[in-house]
Amino acid sequence: MVDFGGWDMPVQYPAGTIEEHLRTRKHAGLFDVSHMGEIDVRGADAIALVSHLTSNDPSKLVDGQAQYSALTTPEGTVVDDLLVYRFADDHLLLVVNAGTTGKDWDWITSHRRNGAAELRNVSSDYCQLALQGPDALTILGRLTDLPLSEVKYYHFTEGQVDGVPAIVSRTGYTGEDGFEVYADASKAEQLWNKLLDAGNFGSETGVLPCGLAARNTLRLEAGMALYGHEIDETTTLLEANLGWICKLNKGEFIGRELLAKQKEAGVRRRLVGFEVTERGIARDEQDVMINGERLGKVTSGSPAPFLKKNIGMAYVPSEFANEDQQIEIDVRGKPVGARIVKTPFYKRER
Amino acid sequence: MANIPDDLHYSKDHEWVRVESNIAVVGITDYAQDSLGDVVYVELPKVGDEFAANESFGSVESVKAVSEVFSPVSGEIVGINEALTDAPEKVNQDPYNDGWMIRVQMSNPGEVDSLLTAAEYEDFTKAETE
Repeated sequence: MVDFGGWDMPVQYPAGTIEEHLRTRKHAGLFDVSHMGEIDVRGADAIALVSHLTSNDPSKLVDGQAQYSALTTPEGTVVDDLLVYRFADDHLLLVVNAGTTGKDWDWITSHRRNGAAELRNVSSDYCQLALQGPDALTILGRLTDLPLSEVKYYHFTEGQVDGVPAIVSRTGYTGEDGFEVYADASKAEQLWNKLLDAGNFGSETGVLPCGLAARNTLRLEAGMALYGHEIDETTTLLEANLGWICKLNKGEFIGRELLAKQKEAGVRRRLVGFEVTERGIARDEQDVMINGERLGKVTSGSPAPFLKKNIGMAYVPSEFANEDQQIEIDVRGKPVGARIVKTPFYKRER
Repeated sequence: MANIPDDLHYSKDHEWVRVESNIAVVGITDYAQDSLGDVVYVELPKVGDEFAANESFGSVESVKAVSEVFSPVSGEIVGINEALTDAPEKVNQDPYNDGWMIRVQMSNPGEVDSLLTAAEYEDFTKAETE
C-alpha cells in the first residue's frame, strides 16, 4: 500500500502488475478509483463558468455526454486535467485528480465570476469503480438492465447497478473499452465484490482487481497524460500535445490569450513518446540527451507489459520532436539509446 | 511465508550466498523477489569485475521500481547468470536456483561468517515486516 494524494492505495494485487495489465487488455480489470475528486456545478451559468475555467468547450456537450478538458492558468499551463459531465444545461459534474482536488477547489472558487452557479465539493459522496477491457460490457451487463451497448464512448447514463443508483460512463484511462461507475461511497465494497463475482470466468480469463502500477502502465501504453508527470503548472497544453482540447475560438477562458500566442509562434518544446532501443528501462525524471547534450526530461518511463518494450514520454526541444529521431536516456549514469515514436504506443482494435 | 533454505547465508540487503569452496554464488531471496514484484530486467556486472563486500554489483528492476543488489562478499566475478538477460522472471520463479545472479571468487572467505543464518534472516524479515 502506498499513500496517493492522501489515500492508502494498493500498488498491485496478488496477481502482480504484469498479469493485471495483460488481463485488462485481453479480458477485464477492475480499478477502485474512488480517490478521484468530484465537483458539482449547478445553476443557469454552470456552462459559462466551466467554459471560463477550462480549455475545452462545454457548450458543445449534450445531456449525458462527457468531455476531457483542463483547468488552465493565465499562462496556459495546467492546474489539473479533468472530465466534464453534462447532466443538464444547468448541471455539470467535474471529475478531477485526487491529489489536486483541494487545489482545484481553491482555484475554481477563487476564479469564479459573478453569476448563477452553485459549486459543491462532493468528492467524499462518491465511490468510483473503473471496469476496463473487452469483457467489461458483458460483466457490467450482468448487474444492470441499462442498455450499456447503446452508451457511446464518452457518454454516460444513470440507473441501477446491482440495485444501487449509479452513474455509468463509457470512459476510462487504459486505452480499452470500459465503464466507470459512480455511486454512493457507502456502496463501494458491495459493487467491488459484485463486479468481481460477475467477472469470475476462471483463473485465466476472469476479471482481476488492478492496482496503481497497472493503471499507470496501461495509461502510458495508451499515450495518456498523467497529472504531475506530463502536465502540471509549468507545462502548457500545446507543449503537451493537448491542442485538441484548446478551443481557442470558443470565446474567453483563462489562459486563452497566451495559448493563442503560443499557437501562432510555435512551442519551444514538445511532449513525445519514445521507445528504448538498447538494453535498459527509462524512468521518470531521467535526462534526455540528443547529440550528447542534455536537452530534455523523461516525464514517464516504464516497461510496457503488453507491447513488451520499454517506453516513455519526454519533453524535447521542438526541432527534435520528430518520429525516428534518435535520443539517449541517462539511465543512472549510463546513456541508453531510444527513438521517438508516434503515440499512442498502443491502440485497441475496434 | 517466504522460503528461506537452511543451507544458505543471508545479507540484510536480502541477498543469499551459497558457498562452493572458495566460490560464493549470490542471488536475491524469495522474500526480496516477492517484495519487488515481477522482475523485468536484471543488470549484472562483467566477469573479471571486482567488488568489495556490500558494494552494489548491479540492479534488479520490476515494472514499478529499480533496486540495487549488493555483493555480500568481496572478490572477483567469475560467472554471471546470462539466462537472466532473456528470462529475468527466473528471479521470481526460482530465486535460489535458476535465478542466481553472480559467482564470486572470494578474496576473504571469512566474510561469510558475518552473514546471517537462515534462522537469523527469518527473524530479520519478520522484524522488517512488522
